[in-house]
Amino acid sequence: MSRKQLLAQKRQEFIEERGIICMNNVSMNYPEAGAPAIDDITLRIDPGEFVFIVGDSGSGKSTMIRLLLRELLPTSGDVCVMGYNTRKLRHSQIPAFRRNIGVVFQDFRLLKDRNVYENVAFAQRIIEVPSREMRRNVPSILAMVGLAGKYRSNVKKLSGGEQQRVALARALVNKPEILLADEPTGNLDPNNAWEIMDLLEEINEQGTTVVVVTHNPEIVNAMKKRVVTMKRGLIVNDEEEGTYVNED
Amino acid sequence: MKIRSLFYTLGQGFRNLFKNGWYSLASIATIGACLFLFCIFYSVVGNLRYILNNVEKGVSVQVFFNYDVSEERVQEIGKEIRNRVEVSKVIYHSDEEIWETFGPVWAGEDYDEVYMENPLVGEHNFEVYLNDVSLQSSLVTWLESMNEVRKVNYSEITANTLSGVNLIIAYISIGIIVILLAVSIFLINNTVRVGISVRTEEINIMKYVGATDFFVRAPFVLEGMIIGALGAALPLALTYNLYDYVLGYISGRFSVLAELLTFLPLDSVFSVLMPVCLIVGIGIGFLGSFITVHKHLRV
Repeated sequence: MSRKQLLAQKRQEFIEERGIICMNNVSMNYPEAGAPAIDDITLRIDPGEFVFIVGDSGSGKSTMIRLLLRELLPTSGDVCVMGYNTRKLRHSQIPAFRRNIGVVFQDFRLLKDRNVYENVAFAQRIIEVPSREMRRNVPSILAMVGLAGKYRSNVKKLSGGEQQRVALARALVNKPEILLADEPTGNLDPNNAWEIMDLLEEINEQGTTVVVVTHNPEIVNAMKKRVVTMKRGLIVNDEEEGTYVNED
Repeated sequence: MKIRSLFYTLGQGFRNLFKNGWYSLASIATIGACLFLFCIFYSVVGNLRYILNNVEKGVSVQVFFNYDVSEERVQEIGKEIRNRVEVSKVIYHSDEEIWETFGPVWAGEDYDEVYMENPLVGEHNFEVYLNDVSLQSSLVTWLESMNEVRKVNYSEITANTLSGVNLIIAYISIGIIVILLAVSIFLINNTVRVGISVRTEEINIMKYVGATDFFVRAPFVLEGMIIGALGAALPLALTYNLYDYVLGYISGRFSVLAELLTFLPLDSVFSVLMPVCLIVGIGIGFLGSFITVHKHLRV
């Protein structure tokens, strides 16, 4: 067995034992803030799960996403994603690590000077997919998110819902193991929001682990998925087929 | 990195140039203006120093010998003078040559008939030219220390004034060139930084999607280098034409001035200006973008 195969096997064993995402006694303090953004939380998410992270503004949801993306390192504790301890990742290893994580943001974060096709193809260029393969993959993923006819459109001219679909296509085109969505419906009307959520559910059914950060109670309550509720940096509730309990 | 990715990133660099057209133009204009000032200043100072050096080269020391020193000894001393490091040229004036020059002035065209013998016997001398006029005093001291030497003619004031002026010009020009280059580096770097800072979001997106530092950085660095190269090429072209025109104008309109003064040839000015401007322009474009992008890569 080659070293690469051995590492993959070890990683698989680690994921089976501790989950595709695991946070052990993780705290995160921003130097400028008084209270910790995340306060000694422990969380495990298994491969193929669909999890909502809910909570009010300032509860630590977005910080959690940034920790999972290895944009931040925890002040204490360990964050493990796909078998990698983010603390032990070297700067040069971060790009390869992120290529297995799809990410979608509330504000879409598209390359505004490029069209729909180029935005999605960009993710493929980064992992050096041959052009011929790229020309197959990109239209296929655009068809999946319902944008087959708009691949030449300028992203600035698309509606919010369409822009989020482009972001979703970009996040998925490299077939990531995990999809992180930070308030993916925050800027969308209810119809578009539901369309995006349906897509996320479809992606999850295909085996991708989906973590959605939101504070939209209607969506959370209707979808009957695992709900992790955060408040002031703490996990106050973690429930299978849970609901979003707004204590205010 | 695969070849196609390299071409892609290079293509993006060129694309960025046109995509951010106004920024590119502003950067090229800033770099161009700074380097144009540098080119003009260098041309003026270079010529001033060249003219001064030419004047310095015209300053000579005349060495006369005791009347009883033999011709052989005089020639030996001439060899010693020629071997001195501060000496650039030595001309020997024999008694006959001097008489041929001054005879007609003193006694008219028939000086040979008026004077049966050369009255200037023993006045033979060396006319010594220096590499650097500031070294005149050390040469004169050495000459005067020789027993055979009767008299050394030189102008201390001329030498001191020339070397003083030369030194002042050298200091001022080094100072101004350093300031101009520093200002250029600051302005160009700032322009590149501002241009990249407004594209922080683009860099962040690339990093979130999993782009390597090289993949993100290469287009920006290439863009910076192209802007630097264009920003250097424009003032060089402008200075080249302007310099050529001014030299032509002076020799055409002020022929008296052109006869008195010789200016640095175009090639000699540009053998310095071209590499300096290109290195400064491309170098700052490279370093400015490299360092600025680096700050945004810690995502």
